[in-house]
Amino acid sequence: MTVAGPRLQPTLFELSKAGRGGGKVAHPPAGALDRIPPAQRRQTPPGLPELSEPEVVRHYVNLSQLNYAIDTGFYPLGSCTMKWNPKVNEWAARLPGFANLHPMSPDDVAQGTLQLLWELEQMLLEITGMTAMTLQPAAGAHGELTGVLMIRAYHAARGDLDRSEILVPDSAHGTNPATASMAGLRTVSIKAAPDGGLDIDAFRAAIGPRTAAVMITNPSTLGLFESRIGGLLDLVHGAGGLAYMDGANLNAILGRFKPGEAGFDVMHINTHKTFSTPHGGGGPGAGPVGVGPKLEPYLPAPRVLREPDGTFRLERPGERPTSIGRMRSFVGSTGVLVRAYAYLRTHGASGLREVTDDAVLAANYLKQRLTESGAYDIPFKSVCKHEFIASASSIKRRTGIRTLDIAKRLLDKGFHAPTVYFPLTVDEAMLIEPTETESVETLDAFAAALIEIAHEAETDPEAIHAAPHDTPVRRLDEVAAARNPNLRWRPATGDWTPCPD
Amino acid sequence: MVPTDLRYTKDHEWVRLDGDQATIGVTDFAANQLGDVVFVDLPAVGRSVDQFATFGVVESVKAVSDLFAPLGGEVVEVNGELTGKPELVNSDPFGAGWMIKLRVADAGQVGQLLDPSAYERLVAES
Amino acid sequence: MAYGPHTPADREHMLAALGMSSVDELFADIAPELRASPLRLDPPEAEQDLMARLGTLAARNRVGLASFLGAGAYRHFAPPLVDQLLLRGEWYTAYTPYQPEVSQGTLQSIYEYESLIAELTGLDVVSASHYDGAAATAEGALMTCRATGRTRVLVSRAIHPHYRETLRTYMSGAGLTVEELPVVADGPAAGTVDLAALERLLADAEGAGPVAGVLAGQPNFLGLLEPMAEIGRLAHAAGALFVAVVEPVSLGVLAPPGSYGADIAAGEGQPLGIALQYGGPYLGVLACTDALVRQIPGRLVGLTTDVDGKRAFVMTLQAREQHIRREKAASNICTNQALLALAASVWLASLGPHGLRDVAAMGAARAAELEGVLAEAGAPRLHPGPYLNEFVVRVPNAAVVHRRLLDRGVVAGLVLADALPDQPELADGLLVCATETTSRDEIELFGWALGEELAGAADPGASSGADSGAANLTGAAR
Repeated sequence: MTVAGPRLQPTLFELSKAGRGGGKVAHPPAGALDRIPPAQRRQTPPGLPELSEPEVVRHYVNLSQLNYAIDTGFYPLGSCTMKWNPKVNEWAARLPGFANLHPMSPDDVAQGTLQLLWELEQMLLEITGMTAMTLQPAAGAHGELTGVLMIRAYHAARGDLDRSEILVPDSAHGTNPATASMAGLRTVSIKAAPDGGLDIDAFRAAIGPRTAAVMITNPSTLGLFESRIGGLLDLVHGAGGLAYMDGANLNAILGRFKPGEAGFDVMHINTHKTFSTPHGGGGPGAGPVGVGPKLEPYLPAPRVLREPDGTFRLERPGERPTSIGRMRSFVGSTGVLVRAYAYLRTHGASGLREVTDDAVLAANYLKQRLTESGAYDIPFKSVCKHEFIASASSIKRRTGIRTLDIAKRLLDKGFHAPTVYFPLTVDEAMLIEPTETESVETLDAFAAALIEIAHEAETDPEAIHAAPHDTPVRRLDEVAAARNPNLRWRPATGDWTPCPD
Repeated sequence: MVPTDLRYTKDHEWVRLDGDQATIGVTDFAANQLGDVVFVDLPAVGRSVDQFATFGVVESVKAVSDLFAPLGGEVVEVNGELTGKPELVNSDPFGAGWMIKLRVADAGQVGQLLDPSAYERLVAES
Repeated sequence: MAYGPHTPADREHMLAALGMSSVDELFADIAPELRASPLRLDPPEAEQDLMARLGTLAARNRVGLASFLGAGAYRHFAPPLVDQLLLRGEWYTAYTPYQPEVSQGTLQSIYEYESLIAELTGLDVVSASHYDGAAATAEGALMTCRATGRTRVLVSRAIHPHYRETLRTYMSGAGLTVEELPVVADGPAAGTVDLAALERLLADAEGAGPVAGVLAGQPNFLGLLEPMAEIGRLAHAAGALFVAVVEPVSLGVLAPPGSYGADIAAGEGQPLGIALQYGGPYLGVLACTDALVRQIPGRLVGLTTDVDGKRAFVMTLQAREQHIRREKAASNICTNQALLALAASVWLASLGPHGLRDVAAMGAARAAELEGVLAEAGAPRLHPGPYLNEFVVRVPNAAVVHRRLLDRGVVAGLVLADALPDQPELADGLLVCATETTSRDEIELFGWALGEELAGAADPGASSGADSGAANLTGAAR
């Protein structure tokens, strides 16, 4: 039995002692820096910590044990698709042939990776129903910006210069309007219909000659398939605009709905959601973007090309002048894409269908368990896709206990909390996404925990209000953190208390 | 109860007009809605603002709100206290939590603001 | 399914709870005309077969060559402990620390990353990381525009071409202007920022508008050291901000941006122990002065306390970000490269200040050896100014020679005619780099093979190309 348990850690800087460490790299010959003009040289060594290997390892092992992770338990974070991260993917990305390949290597030297990228594109095109793809964007939001810049380039190339608006449902991720602004377009927020779906009349009223595009998450952030999407696509195309699909919820529609076939012009994929690449404590991700024929000329450079002789190469600088240009350096987050490739090969067509079927089945099952219990409000009763919304609105009215308190109490019970207070359009929202890799026993246990908390809210609200009790630290003073930001260790003060200034 | 010697915007700013000088802040209702204020971004002295244009931003931990000028004019003073003590917006919104002072261009703009009873009704309906 | 836990009985149990007989009923909301055509993909592959396939693909990449490529991505020694720690699932299978009570590991590691980069750059505010050096540079340029209310930035032509292209993409999206800053053509300062031209552009005689920011690289793309203090002084005199685009390992020995007046430092964090991986995932380093804290995009982690007074870490100043500010956010970024920031932190903690200095200085020493060997082989440096561990040599017909050296087992750096087709003065240039991982044998092989090629070019009868790299390596070693 382990008794060590999670322990809070001093910082690297507090552990440091002058004279520790060393032995990792050889010393350079004396005078190695003599040809650097003194004014260009660092006058004093940087204040990095000095630590022995055992101290470094223990520090990071102990720190890691303060984290909740998919490898330690159920992580039902809505809109994030916290599915299992297969171990073989990690092995694959670390194969020396992949890991040690320099990004400026001549194409001859990089045929293995180029072939993998090209095959990955073909698989993603088949899944999305798009006709061309870029693997360059480094994350979903980066993919959004890529897509919206292509939309702008498309209209500009046609001399259609007044299209300055992007229509976005009010339930959208914050990245959608933020992306529109970065691309120099104005966001027009469209309210949802009472059933949570697209309000076609509201869109009809807003769509016109200024419309650059609509930006739709399907299934929506409410976990609902947009059943009126066909009508909206007709509307926007009829008015000369384009349709962007935010692929955040692709896990719900693999093999069931291909956005390109349905008429979307562009979409991004979050490989860290749908295709099991690790979330990494916040990143890295990868955000491939697929497009239909209208946007293909504008894809970022370089693309991966297959030559008639079966070899592969990257586009050369300036080869495709219609491109919007680069979104980042080099070809993309190849190490992430290797993992996504492994996942797709592992599953094939039948496996991907099963992923979606099981993810949607699990979400509906969990939703049904909560609905039956009557413990929470379930604002949208119809069949959901891979995630659903529960709300603590009634509990708050009766007991004063809010979604935030319930989230914290879940931590005491050994679960990560769902996404809370998103989407913004639902009061006291909890967005719950179980994914396909959690067993029915786990789903039952999570439902039981949520139901138990709802009872506790009536019987012992103080205990919930004060939760969490059993975590390494308890609720934090976020106001103090923001009023007097302490964003770095300051050796000069050597102070253990916050806000030393 | 809202102070009766002030005028208000529907976005919950207040203004006290004294000759051609206007003192501006946000109401206690706005401060409560935001929660604990952590930062107030104010314009430089000398800048001109139009009536109902944005003159700054107020932030809490999980929310952010633009500040709209009840009257147009030139900024003649900003409340430097708020840099170190943004909590004054919560603790004394109508007093020490004031934000900027303007030299008003057209005092007639006051006519477009809410009087205390109209503002009280607005808050009651929120 | 490969990773799913459900037995047929489990699925039946769940469907029964829903009163359904088939999972298809859960997709009845997708109208028939919208339903997907059948997925045409290869059948599922067993893990054993998948591993064989991936092994074959990886082996098709030729990573065992003597490589002198740098150009923005650098091979460095990484102690095994770095990757062993990164493989702990508590790190890589966690997400953004939305629930700080069960995410103190990630949060403290980011705070420590911010602190380590602050030490390296001499700047106080460090973003929890961006996608890569190019994206961080573009975000840095956008910061200068927000902070100054101006719309025009100047970027040195001697900054990485990918960074300049990315910058143009980002800036055009926001309706802002990028102008390129020329470099000196010849003389002792050749290849570095033309200060007289900078002064002219800043003075804005043509009425293009005042400059928000000036971007220069240290070392620059050609490996040369720039007069950063002078560039910063000129920028500030015109009311512009100064963005230093830096390579973080070099900061073990070069003056930190904070010491020469940079307002913002941006750069590629890959050299800090992160594998080359054909371009990513990498680590965008972005740091700024305290004065710009409200302008910096991306996550920030700060120190605070919990209700019991225990020290703890938390994401802070979130009102800058897209999930709160939506269309008014500083950026749409919501990811960060936390796992790579962790790799960089573990690498820096393992090496310490002296190990980092040794890495940077050893690279400088190896590069000096390389310079001597290449000059002897007939390829002298193109620029006279000081460099750290990367430089340009002049090789007539560089692309052809590069191609032939590849057959001899040498990746002879980067052909500048390909990478910078718009800079004809570099058409004969090869950009070459050495680090502490570059061996003497590799340097000797490069020198020998280049000598053979150049001699062969002078004597068309000489053979070239087919020799075995391994035999050459043995033959060339002294």
